[in-house]
Amino acid sequence: MNISRNIAIGAMLSGVFTIAALVSFVWIPYDIEALSIAERMRTPSLAHPLGTDHFGRDILSMIMMGARTSIAVAFVAVGIGMGFGVPLGLAAAAKRGSLMDELIGRGNDLVFAFPSLLIAILITATFGPSALNAIIAIGIFNIPVFARLTRGAALSLWKRDFILAARVAGKGSAHISVEHILPNLSNLLIVQGTIQFSLAILAEAALSYVGLGAQPPTASWGRMLADSQTMISLAPHLALFPGMAIVLTVLGLNLLGDGLRDFFDPRLRNAEK
Amino acid sequence: MLRFAILRLVSLGLSLVVASIVIFTLIEIIPGDPAAFMLGLNAQADTIAVLRAELGLDASPLERYFGWVTGMLTGDFGTSYTYRTPVSEMIGERLWISLPLALIALGLSTLIAFPVGILAASRRGSLVDTVVMGFTQLGVAIPNFWFAMLMVLVFSINLRWFSAGGFPGWDEGLFACLKALTLPAISLALPQASILARVMRSALVDTLDEDFMRTARAKGLTRKQAIRHHALRNAMIPVLTIIGLQFSFLLAGAIIIENVFFLPGLGRLIFQAISQRDLIVVESVVMLLVFAVILVNFAVDITYALVDPRLRRPS
Amino acid sequence: MTLLDIQNVSLEIHGKPILRDISLSLQQGRILGIIGESGSGKSMTAYSVMQLLPDGSDTSGQILINGFDVLSAPEDALCRLRGNEVSIVFQEPMTALNPLMNIGNQVAEAIRVHEPSTPNHVAMQRARSSLNRCELPADRFPLTLYPHELSGGQRQRVVIALAIALQPKLLIADEPTTALDVTTQAEILALLRRLVLEDEMGLMLISHDLAVVTDMADEIAIMKDGEIVENLPSQVSFKDLKHPYSRALFAASGYIPARVRSDQTEPLLSVRNLVCDYHLPRASLLGPAKYFRAVDDVSFDIRKGESLGLVGESGCGKSTLARAILGIQKLSKGEIHFDGMRINNEQDVESDIRRRMQVVFQDPYGSFNPRHRVDRLVSEPFHLYKTPLTKSAKQEAIASALRDVGLEPNDQYKFIHEFSGGQRQRIAIARALIIRPDLILLDEATSALDVSVRAQILDLLAELSESYGLTYLFVSHDLSVVRSITDRVLVMKDGKIVEHGETDDVFSAPKHSYTRKLIASAPRFLQATTR
Repeated sequence: MNISRNIAIGAMLSGVFTIAALVSFVWIPYDIEALSIAERMRTPSLAHPLGTDHFGRDILSMIMMGARTSIAVAFVAVGIGMGFGVPLGLAAAAKRGSLMDELIGRGNDLVFAFPSLLIAILITATFGPSALNAIIAIGIFNIPVFARLTRGAALSLWKRDFILAARVAGKGSAHISVEHILPNLSNLLIVQGTIQFSLAILAEAALSYVGLGAQPPTASWGRMLADSQTMISLAPHLALFPGMAIVLTVLGLNLLGDGLRDFFDPRLRNAEK
Repeated sequence: MLRFAILRLVSLGLSLVVASIVIFTLIEIIPGDPAAFMLGLNAQADTIAVLRAELGLDASPLERYFGWVTGMLTGDFGTSYTYRTPVSEMIGERLWISLPLALIALGLSTLIAFPVGILAASRRGSLVDTVVMGFTQLGVAIPNFWFAMLMVLVFSINLRWFSAGGFPGWDEGLFACLKALTLPAISLALPQASILARVMRSALVDTLDEDFMRTARAKGLTRKQAIRHHALRNAMIPVLTIIGLQFSFLLAGAIIIENVFFLPGLGRLIFQAISQRDLIVVESVVMLLVFAVILVNFAVDITYALVDPRLRRPS
Repeated sequence: MTLLDIQNVSLEIHGKPILRDISLSLQQGRILGIIGESGSGKSMTAYSVMQLLPDGSDTSGQILINGFDVLSAPEDALCRLRGNEVSIVFQEPMTALNPLMNIGNQVAEAIRVHEPSTPNHVAMQRARSSLNRCELPADRFPLTLYPHELSGGQRQRVVIALAIALQPKLLIADEPTTALDVTTQAEILALLRRLVLEDEMGLMLISHDLAVVTDMADEIAIMKDGEIVENLPSQVSFKDLKHPYSRALFAASGYIPARVRSDQTEPLLSVRNLVCDYHLPRASLLGPAKYFRAVDDVSFDIRKGESLGLVGESGCGKSTLARAILGIQKLSKGEIHFDGMRINNEQDVESDIRRRMQVVFQDPYGSFNPRHRVDRLVSEPFHLYKTPLTKSAKQEAIASALRDVGLEPNDQYKFIHEFSGGQRQRIAIARALIIRPDLILLDEATSALDVSVRAQILDLLAELSESYGLTYLFVSHDLSVVRSITDRVLVMKDGKIVEHGETDDVFSAPKHSYTRKLIASAPRFLQATTR
């Protein structure tokens, strides 16, 4: 009962922000590039449900546009992590103990020594700031996360008898990895993907906040928080709403991930019955 | 044990070498001519030539790499182009803000997380467990810099218990400095503590299901004794991994939080350096941070071996 | 006074009935054996006595230990009881000890927790003498060893040492030897018997293995579905059994399927001077590369149509040898020929050879990809055909393979978790059979099954070998099974074949000392019923 509650709340919260991001493609309440000094720093009202910022832009509209940035960055970054990490992990597990396995392992250790903030700093120092940097930095950091997870889980599968049976049937390691290993990892990858998605949203916000991510005029939650900081005593709502958007999205994804993990775990599912 | 430590030390050295090559390549090779890059589009040809000479760019990349590395080994990190002061001095001053901040936050996070995680695990499924885990779920979702802004709003602006930022300098006495680091450390520590408490709980819950816990109870130990004498040490193994990882997040977090509190630490230094294209500073600070992360991972590996005899004395 | 008196005990866990109306009693100095198949509730009976039940358990009835009422006792009184008056030895010695604590402290802890005033050095001395009593002498087994430095049998001795450290009056042993090899099992059982005699303990011995229990116990209780179906004295003959389940259990335990021997002598598979090495991590950074020789200069033939047994204890190299024959193991030296064709190293085995050789594994739960349906699982070997079968031919083959092993063709649309252990082993046989191989390698194929199911599978194997002229290589540690279904047998130890010959000859007149030890270690029920 707890499991399905987690999934329901999680899916609802992350669903709201996904829908907000999708709706922003066709409609937002106000144009966020049109500045209106007369309307600046309004507190929430019927016309502006979440108020306006120091340029008179509608905060609800900016949060909808920001959701688009956050979700797009996180989606591509986690995609990069999975796209490279999972095949690397599968290959390392298939050739356990080989030079390739060793190299992939060392490579993972190395990338782990660079938190995504440092990668973003290095890239920005040479290429200048942009949302693409945030994607690359977060994506690179996600590769070893998925590579390690995949390798570990695949190794325990490789010991199972049904893999031996497939080898006796003459199947090669690439064939086995795709046909037998990967499908049995899918639950694990969905769960970890959800968790990494939420971490990526946090990371994107942090990078944009320090100016290493999305640049104006692209709306971004982290950027909005950075802009609100100097005016926090005058207009606390400027800091409040983007922050809450981040918290609710991340909370939703984490609840969803936890709920899915428990749902996929046969031990827990049996215990619930 | 010694063999294990030596092997880890060798791998630490290798990681440092590869990391330095990656950083050097990204900063000094990929931009083409770092001097032209640092001076920007409007630079005169002769100013570029002067900077090229100053940076020793006429030498081959290999020579420059070795020059950089040997310099760092002897404490010479080069000279900042914008400030005209040795980078080692600039780092020295600022390190003494960022490092204590990260360490205080790590300590705080551990101090909060352990009791919370243990409490939740030993009362698994109870109301206490549900409530505590609900709070950590929220804590995990809060970005530390936003939490910091809220803390400033409440404790500095409304309650006026703390100043909103800045750092008095260590000359002004320990108390004043610790006071200035209090809000930053708390805002860094609480989200991390939430993660750590969750890991602690799940590691302990897994350990409680182990066969040797049943053996301990069969000996006549009470539930509490069995947890204290057997479960905790075993649960520490996954927890240690996370503490190691957290240090690198805290270091990165410290760099970001410094922006909220106007602390003159490594974070302020590196972001200024980026906007001023002072590549020498960026290169050295990043290398230093990577070194710190690798060092902490080494310490975690050694602690593993101290906790786990299977690593210390493989059969 | 009766040492252990269980009266009308019932147990529910989260409302689900586990035990129904159990009554048992045990006198000091005697051994009570409890027999049952998996899920019969025999372990839960033991945990009820210790009150170490999972959360949500509700026990009713009465359990008296020397008159002490366990079910009404408060938790702190139970803690004083456990490890002091009553101790227990568990099934899995590999995980029963704390991996981070040395064995001296783990045994001494049992003393300190009940006698907290004991000085440390005295507790350690008493731990030492307890370990000595369990045949772990100080020179080879100092107190500072950690569990991972000990073998499974040695770990079980440590568990027994901490259980008897305070000389309890009642010892419960829950499948104490199930995870161990047969020679180690014999040693552990002898140890338990000696300790019972020396300390005049009562021992409650729980096992699924009829032979172990009949060998040891003074009286026997047979359990099924949470109930005791029969209480017996140990010296029992078949005709004394009243309950049909007990009769079936005894009959199945010594079961010998009816088989027809093949009289061909032509070899189907021949192994010559085979060596398989594994690389080990280097001892020092610059030291020479080390290796472990799992299979050491092995030669033998498998004749067409015969059933050949390969017996040995864990780590003797029989699994590596099996994998080498299947062409999924790197050969270091030597040759394997299958019907004249050579089996090379793992990669380039001809699909013609693979097609004629199939395998059935031990674990009916791990041998199938849980995400595939039975039709896909069973037809996996079709991968070895160079030209794919037509859909209808494939359907026909799947249906007939399932019928051959006693399942319904409609079962192909189900997933593997919908089947019991015995049915899964039938599906594994169907998968091996579908491609009509000449040789089927049975790698501990009946070891994980309950005796009654095992008898059915043995029958099925005998039947199939007759109708399809199959050749079997039966790899197992279970002597009674090997004796009942093979024509010839190979005995393997430390990578070498130490004895081979006709099964009856080897079992009745073993020549090699290791074979003799192996046969002597097997519980006596075997000899009694296969006579």
